[in-house]
Amino acid sequence: MSFDQAVLETCDLTISFGGHIAVNNVSCEFSRGSLTSIVGPNGAGKTTWFNLISGQLKATSGQVRLFGEDITGLGPARRSDKGLGRAFQLTNLFPNLTALENVRLAVASRHRIGHVFWQMASQRRDIADRALSYLEQVNLARRADTLVAALPHGDQRKLEVALMLALEPEVFMFDEPTAGMSVDEVPVILDLIADIKRRQNKVILLVEHKMDVVKSLSDRIVVLHNGELVADGEPSEVIASPIVQQVYLGASEQRVDDGEVASHD
Amino acid sequence: MMNQLLSGDAPRSGILTAVLLLIVISLAFGPFLFPGTRAFSTLGTICVFIIVVSAYDLMLGYTHIVSFAHTMFFGIGAYGIAMATDGMGNSFGAIASGLAGALILSLVLSLLLGLLSLRVRAIFFALVTLAVAFAFLSVVTQLYNLTGGEDGLRVRVPRELGPAFRPFDQPLPGFSVTRLITALVSDPGNPLQAFKGAIYEFRFTGRELMYYVVFFLSAGIFLFLLRLVNSPFGRVLQAIRENEFRAEALGYRTVYYRTAVVILSALLATVAGATFALINRYVNPENTLNFELMVFILLMSVIGGMGTLYGAVVGVALFTLAQNYLQDLLRWVGGYTEGIPLLAQLTGPDRWLLWFGLLFVLSVYFFPTGIVGQFRLWAGRRRRPT
Repeated sequence: MSFDQAVLETCDLTISFGGHIAVNNVSCEFSRGSLTSIVGPNGAGKTTWFNLISGQLKATSGQVRLFGEDITGLGPARRSDKGLGRAFQLTNLFPNLTALENVRLAVASRHRIGHVFWQMASQRRDIADRALSYLEQVNLARRADTLVAALPHGDQRKLEVALMLALEPEVFMFDEPTAGMSVDEVPVILDLIADIKRRQNKVILLVEHKMDVVKSLSDRIVVLHNGELVADGEPSEVIASPIVQQVYLGASEQRVDDGEVASHD
Repeated sequence: MMNQLLSGDAPRSGILTAVLLLIVISLAFGPFLFPGTRAFSTLGTICVFIIVVSAYDLMLGYTHIVSFAHTMFFGIGAYGIAMATDGMGNSFGAIASGLAGALILSLVLSLLLGLLSLRVRAIFFALVTLAVAFAFLSVVTQLYNLTGGEDGLRVRVPRELGPAFRPFDQPLPGFSVTRLITALVSDPGNPLQAFKGAIYEFRFTGRELMYYVVFFLSAGIFLFLLRLVNSPFGRVLQAIRENEFRAEALGYRTVYYRTAVVILSALLATVAGATFALINRYVNPENTLNFELMVFILLMSVIGGMGTLYGAVVGVALFTLAQNYLQDLLRWVGGYTEGIPLLAQLTGPDRWLLWFGLLFVLSVYFFPTGIVGQFRLWAGRRRRPT
């Protein structure tokens, strides 16, 4: 496998709900070691595109390919097995289990021990230790025994990221990882993403609205608008391109250079 | 050692531990502590239903699968034994083939139900299981030349499991707790006499042997399930209960897990049904397949505390005792209320279901997490006083 071969591809990926085409013929390739930000106004189809890639939604037409293999027909569990990791935009955890138990489930899935019924889960110190190390990475180790339902929102977002780390995926999909976080918590997550980018030769996809974040982290920016891919390229070029100025100014009457353009989908 | 046996999932409450010990000791030494056929059948029922309800709790409490077909699998086990011994005679071979046939039928049906849960979810799945269970009930009632219809079947057990078999030459000594308590209450001044009066002798027959088979089977299955729910597999089940969508996104193919749970639970219910047939020696639609029985299983599960397994033991013991002895209690109370209008009417022995319903409503209202959940809550509060 050559270094430049695409790890993840979407080919003419389309989904329509009734008459509404949410994602329209989006073709894109992502290769190793790259961090791509996906931007676009609310309702542009960013999260829908993510859902098509990670399998929560079934495409109307087109393909998703991972390492050249067509995975369009697979469910989310199989895609996760094959290396697609996803952190959700709206926090999506196991509320009545502890933070540690949440991560432990991800580690157990990565180590394929979900079927083991004859061993006590507590006997697998290796699994618990790994889970704890991921909690440490997101600064949550001291909350290990807290029920997720009792965690503050920012901590839940961090846990969401820890779960994806624990899956050790080939493709990291962050869907607005810093949304709703307090200002001092944001750097923890951003450093973590930068760290993954630096140390692991993986594919990172990031849906993010904070333009300063996007500019500083990304190698590439993809712009979605009304379900279509309208721009794709180097961050500085894309931001300067007329279509982006038009799309964003049309959407929120704000300058695009810095600050938050639009907060939530 | 104890931690290994309980898979690290201790009762975590002093009162609960005491209650469980009381139940376990009463069951383990049952024939030596409680003379009489009625007590014997109550003990047997408790052992059998601990299997049924803990298997049900695996589905309902740990995975949030609501199924009303649990009695169907119980009935398959019971009828498997009854029909096999009816057709092949009272041999162990007949029991083995009856059980094997029942297990195969349960496996096929539960596999179909499990796969169905891929398409039909939650309340709709529950309704489908209800329909299947009713269909099965009417099939059993209609095929009367095979199943005995409404009259049911007598189960002819092998000689070794019947009253004629005596493994010991001498009668064994027993110590009747019931007689002791009655004597102590009616004549508190004479405890020595009460103690002497409580000693009795009984013959250990094949029936007692069968009881111990059921007891050890029940204990074994319970400990197995306790291990299962505390294993990595059990953790996945809880993940599915909490957030199935997320479990799937983490890479767990939830339909496999759900199907495995439905099948395992069905097979255990079948085994329980088979032991019920052997210990009760009479099988009919009412005591194995009835919808009322299904509701009772659900109640035992809820009263005891769903998703705890220990709740199954407590729920079954309490429910079965209430079902068998609430009438006696009311008859006793009725002795004092005689002549008082209304009260006398309310405390008649045939009003037991009214009181039972009231007990149920109160227990659900005050203990929404079941008896076990409530005990643990209290124990937790005591450990960390606020």
